[in-house]
Amino acid sequence: MTARERIAGNVANYVDERTGAAAWMKKNLNKVFPDHWSFLLGEIALYSFIILLLSGTFLTFWFDPSQREVVYEGAYQPLSGLKMSAAYASTLHISFEVRGGLLMRQIHHWAALFFMVAIVVHLLRVYFTGAFRKPREFNWIIGVGLLTLGIVEGFLGYSLPDDLLSGTGIRIAEAIIQAVPVVGTYIAFFAFGGAFPGEAFIPRIFTVHVLLLPGIFLALITVHLMLVWYQKHTQYPGPGRTEKNVVGYPLFPVYMAKAGGFFFIVFGVTTFIAAVASINPIWLYGPYTPGQISAGSQPDWYMGWLDGLVRMAPPLETHAFGHTISWNILIPGLIVPGIMFTGLALYPFIESWITGDKREHHLLDRPRNVPNRTATGAMALTFTLVALINGGNDIIAQQFHLSINQIMWFSRIGIIVLPPIAFVITKRICISLQRADRELVLHGKETGRLVRLAHGEFIEVHEEISPEKKWLLTSHEQSGPLELPEIDKAGVRRTDAIRNKIRSRMSVANAEVAPKVSAQDLKEIEHH
Amino acid sequence: MKRLSKYRRHRAAAPMLLVLALLAIGTTFSVASATPNKSALALARSASIEEGKQIFLKGCSSCHGLNAEGGAIAPSLIGVGAASVDFQVATGRMPMADMSTQAMRKKPVYTPEQVAALAVYVASLAPGPAIPGDELLNYERDGSVADGGELFRNNCAMCHNFAGQGGALTQGKYAPTVMGVEPRHIYEAMITGPQSMPVFSDKIITPEEKLSIIKWIKFAESEPALGGASLGRVGPVTEGLLVWTLGIGILIGVAVWLAMKAR
Repeated sequence: MTARERIAGNVANYVDERTGAAAWMKKNLNKVFPDHWSFLLGEIALYSFIILLLSGTFLTFWFDPSQREVVYEGAYQPLSGLKMSAAYASTLHISFEVRGGLLMRQIHHWAALFFMVAIVVHLLRVYFTGAFRKPREFNWIIGVGLLTLGIVEGFLGYSLPDDLLSGTGIRIAEAIIQAVPVVGTYIAFFAFGGAFPGEAFIPRIFTVHVLLLPGIFLALITVHLMLVWYQKHTQYPGPGRTEKNVVGYPLFPVYMAKAGGFFFIVFGVTTFIAAVASINPIWLYGPYTPGQISAGSQPDWYMGWLDGLVRMAPPLETHAFGHTISWNILIPGLIVPGIMFTGLALYPFIESWITGDKREHHLLDRPRNVPNRTATGAMALTFTLVALINGGNDIIAQQFHLSINQIMWFSRIGIIVLPPIAFVITKRICISLQRADRELVLHGKETGRLVRLAHGEFIEVHEEISPEKKWLLTSHEQSGPLELPEIDKAGVRRTDAIRNKIRSRMSVANAEVAPKVSAQDLKEIEHH
Repeated sequence: MKRLSKYRRHRAAAPMLLVLALLAIGTTFSVASATPNKSALALARSASIEEGKQIFLKGCSSCHGLNAEGGAIAPSLIGVGAASVDFQVATGRMPMADMSTQAMRKKPVYTPEQVAALAVYVASLAPGPAIPGDELLNYERDGSVADGGELFRNNCAMCHNFAGQGGALTQGKYAPTVMGVEPRHIYEAMITGPQSMPVFSDKIITPEEKLSIIKWIKFAESEPALGGASLGRVGPVTEGLLVWTLGIGILIGVAVWLAMKAR
C-alpha cells in the first residue's frame, strides 16, 4: 500500500465511521440508468435551473426592486435625465456599469428560455413514449406543475426590469386578472395595492420571483428526481429489456462523468449564445410609462400561445347586474388555458380509464404503436402552435408582407379546423408505419436486387431482418377494446350504461391498429 | 532658375511632372464642370412651375387628374404642399408600383431636379407645407437624443416599434422602418402625414422636438448592438425562434453525441 492510498483510505474511513455513508454510496453509485439521448432532455432543464440560480443570485446584488421614481444619471446617454423607476435604473446599471453585468443578464434570460424549451421537449418525450403510465402518474403531475410554475416564474422575471415591454406585459396580466367575473377587479386591486401601476407590484413579484417560486421549484425538482430514483428509469424496448430490469450503465463512473460534462456543455452553450446574441435590450425599450406602447410588443415564447389566443378572440362582452364580463379575455386568457393544463395533468388517468390498463409499465412505447395517444399529442401541439403563430402575427405580417387580419382569420379558423386534421393524419401515419413494420417482419427488407429465375420470372430479393430487430417490431402488446356491458345479467339496463358506452367507444378507437405479426403469421409465411 | 534646372534630369522629375499635370487638369475640369450640390429647397427655388406641370401631366395626372384635383383612385393634391411631393416622390413611393395596400419605398423614378419641379408645381396650386431647408434641419446642433427617444416612444413607437424598425398595421398596411431615412424625409413625414400616418403639426411636436426625434433616430441607426447580434430589434419573437432552432438544436446534438459514445 502506497502512502497515498493509505491517506485516501484513512480519510474515507474517517468519513464513513461518522456518517455510515459507505453502504449507501455503494448501493446508489452502482444504480443503473439506461442510455438514450432523449433521456437527457430533462437534464437540460435541470442544468438551466442551476444556471438560473447562479446568474439570478448575481443579479440580485445590484437590482433594486422598487418603483420609486428616480432621475437617470448613469452611463447610457440616450436615457440621461429621464424619470424612471429604481428597478429600471438599476437594471441599466447592471447592464452598463457592473462588470460582466450585461453578460449575466443575458445568460439569465437565455437560460430561462432554455429552461422552458427543455421542459417542453422533455414533456413531449415523456408523453409520446408513454413514460407517464403507472407508476409515474404523480411525477407527470409534478412535471406539469413545474411547467406551469415555469411560465409564471419566467413572466415575473420578464416583468421585473420595469422597461416598456415588461410594463406592457404587466398591463395585460392585470387585464386578465380583471376579467375574472365579479372578483377580478378586487383581486387586481389587491395585487397592485391600488390602481395600476402603483408602487407595490414590482417589490411583490420580486419576492415571489427570487424566494417563493425558486423554493417551490427546488422542492418539486427534488421530489421529481427522487421519484425517478425510486421508481427507476424507464427504458426503450429491445432484446433483453423487460418490465423487471433496467439495461444500462452504472451511475458511477459513467453517468457521473456524462451528466457532469453535460452540465458544463449546457452552461457553455448558454453562455456562448448570451455572449453573441442580444436578449431583452431594455435600454432600447425605454422606461415604462402607461402612456407608451411599442409596435410588436410580445411576451417571451412560452407565453406567446396565450397572447395568440387573446389576440384572436372576437370582441365579446356582456353587461349584467352592473358587472361587465369580458368574454374576449376570460375565454382565451383563463378558461382555455385552464382546460389545456387540466387536460394535460389528467391525461395519464384519462388514458388508463380508456384502456382499462392498471398495470405497471417500465418499458416505453414506440409512438407509432399507440396511434391514438400520438395523434392526440399531435392535435394538442397543433392547437398550441396555431396560437403561438398568432401571438407573433404582427411580426409575421411585417416580415413577410402579409395582412395581420388574414393571419388572425387563418388562426381563428385554423385553431378549430387544423387540430382534428392533425389527429386524423397522425393516426393514419402511425397505422401505416405499423403496417410497414409488419411487412418488414414478414418479408424482410428490400435489397433492390432483381433476380431472373430459370423459368423467366423476375423477383426482387428480400433480406431477412435480424432477430433483434424482429423482436423490437413484435414485442409490443396489442390489447383489444374493452367490452363493457350496457345491460346487466338480469337483462336490465345498467345505471352506468351511458358512461360505459362512451368508454367503450373511445376504447374501440384507441384499439385501432394494424395487427402485429403473430406466430401464426410466421408459420403461414414459411409454407410459401 | 539654376536650382530648378539642376533637378531637371532627376529621375523622379518625369513622374512628378505627370502627377502635377494630372492634378492640374483634374482640378480645372472639376471646377469647370461642377454643379453646386444644392439642397432640395434650393432646387425647388430654381425650378420652374411649367416644367413641373409637364412632368405632372406625363407621370401623375392619369391618377391624380389633369389639374391635380384627384379622382376615384387617388387623392387631390391641391394644398398638400411641396413637402408632401418631396416625401412621396423623392423616396420613390410615387409613382406607385401597384395599387395594392400602400406605396412602398423604392428607387426614385425622378431626378432631384424633376422632383423639385413637381414640388414647385404642386405648391403653386395652393399653399401647403414647404420643404424644410437645411438651416431648419440642423438636428446635430438643435436636438437632444434623450428627449427625442422619449418623444419617439410617446408618439411613434406604437407603429414604428421601439427601435424604429417598423411594424404591422391593419389589412396589410404597415409603418415602415425609419432606419436609413434622410432627415428631410423624416421631417416631411411628420408635417404631412403620408398614408396611414397622422400629421404631427408644430403645435403637437414643435420643430425643435422634431429635430430631437430625428437626432434620436440617427443615433439609433448608428448605435452598436450592445448585447451582441441584435436579432432584428423586434422583441422576443426572434429570441424565441433562436432558442427553438439553434439553441436547443445544439444541445440535442450534444445529447445524441453523449448517448452515442457509451456504446
